[in-house]
Parts: sequence; structure tokens; C-alpha cells
Amino acid sequence: MVPFTTHLARPVRRLAAAAILGLAAALPGAPAFADVTILNVSYDPTRELYKAYDEAFAAYWKEKTGETVSVDQSHGGSGAQARAVIDGLDADVVTLALAADIDAIAAKSGKVPADWASLLPARSTPYTSTIVFLVRKGNPKGIKDWDDLVKDGIQVVTPNPKTSGGARWNYLAAWAYANEKFGGDEAKTRDFVGKLYRNVPVLDSGARGSTTTFAQRGIGDVLLAWENEAFLAINELGPDQFEIVTPSLSIKAEPPVALVKGNTDAKGTTKVAEAYLEYLYSDPAQKIIAKNYYRPEKPEAADPEDLKRFAALKLVTIDDPQFGGWAKVQPAHFADGGIFDQIYKPGQ
Amino acid sequence: MSDIAVSQSAVFTGAATEKRPVRIALTVIALAFLGIFLLLPLVSVFYEAFRSGFGVFLKAISDRDTLAAVRLTVLVAAVSVPANLVFGLAASWAIAKYDFRGKSFLITLIDLPFSVSPVTSGLIYVLLFGAHGYLGPFLQSHGIHIIFAVPGIVLATVFVTFPFIARELIPIMQAQGTQDEEAALSLGASGWRVFFRVTLPNVKWALLYGVLLCNARAMGEFGAVSVVSGHIRGKTNTMPLQVEILYNEYSYQAAFGVASLLALLALVTLIIKTILEWRYAEEIAATRRH
Repeated sequence: MVPFTTHLARPVRRLAAAAILGLAAALPGAPAFADVTILNVSYDPTRELYKAYDEAFAAYWKEKTGETVSVDQSHGGSGAQARAVIDGLDADVVTLALAADIDAIAAKSGKVPADWASLLPARSTPYTSTIVFLVRKGNPKGIKDWDDLVKDGIQVVTPNPKTSGGARWNYLAAWAYANEKFGGDEAKTRDFVGKLYRNVPVLDSGARGSTTTFAQRGIGDVLLAWENEAFLAINELGPDQFEIVTPSLSIKAEPPVALVKGNTDAKGTTKVAEAYLEYLYSDPAQKIIAKNYYRPEKPEAADPEDLKRFAALKLVTIDDPQFGGWAKVQPAHFADGGIFDQIYKPGQ
Repeated sequence: MSDIAVSQSAVFTGAATEKRPVRIALTVIALAFLGIFLLLPLVSVFYEAFRSGFGVFLKAISDRDTLAAVRLTVLVAAVSVPANLVFGLAASWAIAKYDFRGKSFLITLIDLPFSVSPVTSGLIYVLLFGAHGYLGPFLQSHGIHIIFAVPGIVLATVFVTFPFIARELIPIMQAQGTQDEEAALSLGASGWRVFFRVTLPNVKWALLYGVLLCNARAMGEFGAVSVVSGHIRGKTNTMPLQVEILYNEYSYQAAFGVASLLALLALVTLIIKTILEWRYAEEIAATRRH
């Protein structure tokens, strides 16, 4: 038998000392000098936008009130983020990919008033975007419009509309084009969208996942992407690899924002969180928005150079009679057994 | 040391009945497999991390959010490893030294975190502590934050890493039986004295391995932590989550930088384990023979 104190103690004591030293070095917390901290729970592609906006807002708030505000960010798939807020993630504001996700928070947690969309200008949508095509440099498959995506031998990369907000916009953009093309004939429209999804080799769960599949793994001929995401991918990964093709018609993607009043009232942050959302409509913020490839709600406030990047195209909104708003579209198209499930059968 | 190695290799060559080509083929297959599936990815992580030079690497990992992720990871390990040390010792002590009803059920229960997907482990805590979970409304009315905050991350990590220490201890404790303890008791030692002077020294190496493995997993856990984290930058992201975030932000160098830190942790764990084995080989053999 080995006496405990002589043999075990030495290495253990040393390990413990090292561990404590390591802790001491690592633990002095992040500088928490802010007077007030708010949490913005957002979706995936807004990381760069809110990084810039949070700084601008903090400077504005400091000047206006003398208070130092620090904004925490959380990003993920829009639906998953809504779910987290419902489950108790302490968001002060949500800035998600589509109204249906904020509706879900309002319905399931009651922390957002049901009439949230009417509380801020432009139906609580300070910026919009649309869905465009990202193709490989030189556009080797000659993709010009939606018709090219249903051809044999074309591989289309888009995420799963069941899990991704961006993917729902992709789906609806294709639907809107087919609806126009066939003059509102629903059977033919379904057939067209079904054909398109048969050309999808892999349905990722989120928009960033699809971008990675297309750009990094080199799968597919065309990526259906948020316009801002497409620009960002070109910026980050090199203009020598990809180019953007703007279709003749697409959807006006409206990612809305809302105050999570149930949380801010409890935390006493309602005033600053409200100001955070209102400032999104200010001229400096609209400039930042355009710079980050989102279409600003007030184009006159943006840098004309930034606006030039947005191609003109026909945009259909979600409230167009063919869709009738998210309250109708969500159950009809994306619920279990809905139109998407009927037209998309994996492996066929 | 060297005579052990010699005698061991002598035993193995003597016992092998396979023909030389077969042995060589088996060795080559094993080595090739290890090279392709373990060594190559490891090397490429470090290669990617340092591709643009050490300065860029340093800058990448000294980002504010990344440092916060490192701090959180260390904190989580510093809480969950000692917790599991105590629970693991208590559970394996009870299982190895006593007979009671439901013992095999307890052993199965300890293994549960191994067989449950980490995502499920995380969701269990959302179900328990989420705003609409069983305890959520109570916690909320008292202003206590569990999930989407540090306590939830610690809880999920403790759950996932629970079996590591107990699993190392149970077999060795069972093999050793209770004679030593009985002898000590018959000589008049108190319960605590028996534990510290007899039981603990007998299992110390198994315990140390368990702690090392537990620590590596606590720092590297992704699935369960991802579910309960809330992904608040600079607050509730651990290193594995930070790797994913950086990768998704096209910051490949930084992502591989943080990943290389995690890989380094694995290597250090391995090295400590090897050093211990080498330095205390005879003692370990002695306790195993016991």
C-alpha cells in the first residue's frame, strides 16, 4: 500500500496550483463598465450589420443621455432564435428574418404584444432585402432567371424552408415568379416550384450553412441567397470566385424588429430598448444599413454609392393577394403536410 | 522501466501466432487508419491556425469575445470537474463497496449520459428550467437565470461528463474488493481515515485519468451546451461554440486558432497521461495487481 500523503499529494498539489494559477490568469471578467446592457436576439446574416449599428447606437445614446449602453448580440437560425426567446432567452429586442417568427413569440410567450408590427414605422421593418442568385465566376451554366433553375442538370443550393427563415423567402420568390409566369395557375406554379426543389442536392438547415455548402464545399451551380448575404460572400470569399445574378422578379424580404416588452419591463430597460429600435430609422443608421447590403427603408439617407449596388427588379411582397400575409402563408405552405411537403419529396 | 518494456515485447512476440506478412499488414492498416483519421486532421488544424503566421494567430485568439469564451470554458471546467470528482467517487464507492437493491440500475443510470445524445441532454434542461418548463415560472418570478446563462451551461456539462470519473473508478474499486478497508477498520481506523489512507491511494491513478478525461470533455462539449447557451456573444459562448461562430463569420483563421487551442488541450491531456504512466509505471502496476 502506498501512503497517500507522500506520493499522491505532490503531483496533485502541483496540478491544483497550476489550475488555480490558470484560473487567476483567465478569470478577471470582461470589462463591464456599461450602465445598462441590452440583448438583441437576431438571425444569422445580420452579424456584420449589428456589429456596426451597435457601436453607432452606443455613441448616440451616450451623447443623448450620458448613459453607457452595451449591446449583447445572439445570432442563429431565425426560427431557433424565436424558440429560445419563447423558452426564456432574455432578449430586450428581437430582429428576426420574418414576421411569422415574431408572431410565434407573441402567441406563445405573450412577451411581445400581438400588434407589434404596427408599433414602429414601415410595419416594423427598417430595412428590406430580396432573394438573388449567386453563381460561380463567369456564370458557366448561363443562369439568368428562375426558368434556368428548373432545367435538367442544374444544381440549386437553398436551405430547408421548414427550419430557415431565409429559405422561406427563397421558396416564396420562386413561387411569385411562377405565379406571374403562369398567370396565377396554381397547379402549374406548384409543378414549377416542385421541379426547382428536385434540383436541390442538399437542404441545409440555415442560410449560412447553405452559403458554406456552395462556397466552401463547392457544391451546386447556383445559390439562392439573401441579397445582403450574397454580397457579403463575394466580399469575404473573393470577387474572383462568384458573381451575383439578379432575376427579373423576386420577393421583397422584410426582416422585422420588435421590442420584447415582457422582458424589458422586468429588467427596466424598456426606454433604451425602444430607442435602440427607433434609432434604426435614423439617417446615420440607414446609411449603415445600406453599407451592409440591406436595402434601407429611407434610401435618401443612404450613400448613393451604396445604393448603386442594388439592381432594380420587380418585387412582390408577402401581402400580395397570391400570398395574403404570413398568417396565411405559414400554415398553407410550411406546416406539416403543407404545400412544401406535398411538392418536395427527398430522393425523387 | 526498460526491463518492463523488454519483458512485455518478449511476451507479445512469443504469443503471436500470425505469420510475419500478416503482422506487418495489420500494423500498416492500423497505422494508416490512425494517420488518416487522427493525425492528418490534427495537423491540418494547426496548419490552418498558423498558416498566416504566429502574429495573426495571436491577434485572432485575443479577440474580446474569444477571450470571454476561453474564460467561460475554464470556469465551466473548474466547476464541473470537481463536482464530478466528488459525485464520481461517492457513486463508485457505493457501488464497489456495498451491496444494495437497485445497484445495477444505478450503474445503468451512470452510463445514461454516454448513451443519450448531447442535444437531448441539453433539451432536458430546457424542459426543466425553460420559461415554459416545470420549474421555469418559479425561477422567473424569483429572478433566477438557469438556462441561457452560465448555470445552465455548467449543469449541462456536469450531466454530459458525469460518467467519466465514475466509469474509471468502478472497475478498479470492484477488482480491489474490500479487504484493505476491512483490515484498516479492524485496526481501529475511523471511516474518513480509511477513505483517505486506504481507498483513495488505491484508486488515485484511475481517479487522475478520470479527471483528465472529464476535463477534456467538459471543455470540448458542444451539443448540450449549444442548446442551453443562448449564444450571447462574450457571455454564454464556450470555446467550441465560438469555433462555430467564427467559422460561420468567414473568420477561418480565427476559427482554426480557437480549434487549435482545443486540440492543444487534448494533446496536453494525452501528454500528462503518458508522463504519469511512465513516471509512476511501477506504482500503477502495483495498484492494478492489488
